[in-house]
Amino acid sequence: MKKLLIGNQAVAMGLHDGGLGVVSSYPGTPSTEITEYLSEFNDIHSEWAPNEKVACEVAFGASLAGARSACAMKHVGLNVAADPLFTLSYTGVNGGMVICVADDPAMHSSQNEQDSRHYAIASKIPMLEPADSQEAYTFAKTAFELSEKFDTPVLLRMCTRIAHSQSLVETEEQIPAVLKDYKKDAAKYIMMPANAIKRHPFVEERTLKIQEFSENCIYNTLEMNDTKIGIITSGCSYQYVKEVMGDSASILKIGMPNPLPVNLIQDFAKKVEKLYVIEELDPVIETFVRSLGIDCVGKEMFSILGEFSQSTIAKAFNKEEKPFVSADSIIPNRPPMMCAGCPHRGLFYTLAKNKITVLGDIGCYTLGAVPPLSALDSTLCMGASISGLHGFNLARREESEQKSVAVIGDSTFMHSGMTGLANIAYNATNSTVIILDNSITGMTGHQQNPTTGYNIKGDPALKIDLEALCHALGINRVRVVDPYDLKACETAIKEELKIEEPSVIISRRPCVLLKSVKPQKPLLVNKDKCKSCKRCMSLGCPAISFKDGKAVVDVTLCVGCGVCKQLCAFDAIN
Amino acid sequence: MKTTSVMIVGVGGQGSLLASKLLGRLLVDEGLDVKVSEVHGMSQRGGSVVTYVRFGEKVYSPIITQGEADIIISFEKLEAARYATFLKKGGKIVVNTQQIDPMPVIIGAAEYPENCLTELKNKNVDIDAIDALSLAEQAGSSKAVNIVLMGKAAKYFDIPYEKWIKAIENTVKEKFIEMNKKAFDLGYNS
Repeated sequence: MKKLLIGNQAVAMGLHDGGLGVVSSYPGTPSTEITEYLSEFNDIHSEWAPNEKVACEVAFGASLAGARSACAMKHVGLNVAADPLFTLSYTGVNGGMVICVADDPAMHSSQNEQDSRHYAIASKIPMLEPADSQEAYTFAKTAFELSEKFDTPVLLRMCTRIAHSQSLVETEEQIPAVLKDYKKDAAKYIMMPANAIKRHPFVEERTLKIQEFSENCIYNTLEMNDTKIGIITSGCSYQYVKEVMGDSASILKIGMPNPLPVNLIQDFAKKVEKLYVIEELDPVIETFVRSLGIDCVGKEMFSILGEFSQSTIAKAFNKEEKPFVSADSIIPNRPPMMCAGCPHRGLFYTLAKNKITVLGDIGCYTLGAVPPLSALDSTLCMGASISGLHGFNLARREESEQKSVAVIGDSTFMHSGMTGLANIAYNATNSTVIILDNSITGMTGHQQNPTTGYNIKGDPALKIDLEALCHALGINRVRVVDPYDLKACETAIKEELKIEEPSVIISRRPCVLLKSVKPQKPLLVNKDKCKSCKRCMSLGCPAISFKDGKAVVDVTLCVGCGVCKQLCAFDAIN
Repeated sequence: MKTTSVMIVGVGGQGSLLASKLLGRLLVDEGLDVKVSEVHGMSQRGGSVVTYVRFGEKVYSPIITQGEADIIISFEKLEAARYATFLKKGGKIVVNTQQIDPMPVIIGAAEYPENCLTELKNKNVDIDAIDALSLAEQAGSSKAVNIVLMGKAAKYFDIPYEKWIKAIENTVKEKFIEMNKKAFDLGYNS
């Protein structure tokens, strides 16, 4: 029976049914659910690794040992895993290995819009790209055979609209997981110069063989119809093209964007009058088509920016625009924000109040940048808050050392904050780093990490002691504050900024959305005492609003954190 | 059979996920091709959220664009107005009259457009407004707003009442079935 599955669940089912033995990943939207669904299978070892590089290397080790393995990450995660990726191309695999990477065109939940296909080309690793959940299942399942047949890891590229869209999937029988023999093979797996030199020609030959395979494989499909218009497309763009063009155009759907099939493209181009290449983000297929000396219409018509939709295609082919109506009033935005009772709020309020320069990082706490707190100065990538602060302080010295901090979450600190902190200790700036320890990986939807005390299945696991870790990295001054206690926050921040040595403040309180956190009684505003000063409003708490000249607390949202109560000079909130 | 497009819109945390799950399951049981699309991640933190549900004989695009939606089910007033441009000519909006102020309104940087639904009505948009929060509370939980709204929207789908009830029984946890059935009926009969 067909099931309605999101693309990521279909990938998980496909990997499982393809005989997966080990999966290691770091969460990242829109890739997280692949590993979450895999963790529900008891016949697979699944885990959250501290970062994508570790995850990818764990999958390598499992493959080396003979198991079919996988890792999953978002597009920027592949930057972190790029180091093993490029040399994995040389070593190849023992057990089949699949690296799932999810791009985020339109940046629904990301800091950039990079196109992962460039990694496939640069690392010379074949890449598959499904266009719906059924293909996500089939491509994931068959990727292991491809991997073992050609002795290469395989990249499986998802994008937000495939990863998070549900469509019908017919699953097949599971291929039982098999542990292949492990035999030491120094020439293949020890990538020192003398061996690597011999592996490079293998990689080049492999690419030619896969290219030949791609001419006639299940991944690339041809739909010949009227030949006036010919379209080469892939992934979700295919769905938009079909929605608008139906059977009125001929289509070459690319499910393997690397390596691309030369003959298939040349033959298709010959058969059609006008050739279009429709792909989201960068002109990867288009550049290849042009390199074959074939003229086509591509990025001059279909943007390099953001996502497409059926209306992108309709407009390009001059289809009639669909009429619509709109309200006359201006519709205010509804940006995401920190939840009512979010432990980060009190800390950001204190930083903003004291006009401190804040180098930020990646997580829920990036929302500290949003008005009215507007507490952040920068957000670059995982871990950049700490290393960036060191550079900032090197450039401006005492002037900034006494009024700048880095803020980073517990999971992000484990991901790539530790090395930056070691650098602060070693190369000696009087930097102050604040670890926002909310005991979970928040923004991606509550995944465990090495500091939470639980593993991916929710079973108790070793809990890394952040204080001891910071000490071990060379920081003598490590103190813990409760971000619900505004006075304590302010004292800690002022003292640590002043002191002439590196320091770490751990702002510790679990995420208010965790099931283990029981909400306190909601607070109420005493209207007679409220003097309408709006000081409580400066917190940007979604539970507090202003009605008829007085502050009002929404009791359905308030969790009684008491931060607003500490701000009220008239004792009106209780 | 033409593809039908339904949008479920609201504020992150309002429970639109269960509504789309219910509808998706129902449509699959009808033997139709179905696609349901939503964005997870950052927008869930109190932001504006949208789920696209499309069904028919063969569905291609998982998303809906301007002038295409047959039905918009909105969990909040302002969100109905935000996505009204997605409604096709002759389409229908089912809206919960609840008002949830977005942050720009809370901090006084913007005004809540109180008259947004009237403005749309004046332009002949077919709007079915309902106080789903009160009905949900009447059913036993303010969290059942989603099911009340689905009850209200049910009559615009070509699916018999019994099948909706069966889908609720198959989708929600056992101890919540009776409460949700009551919520559905309150919406259905309103």
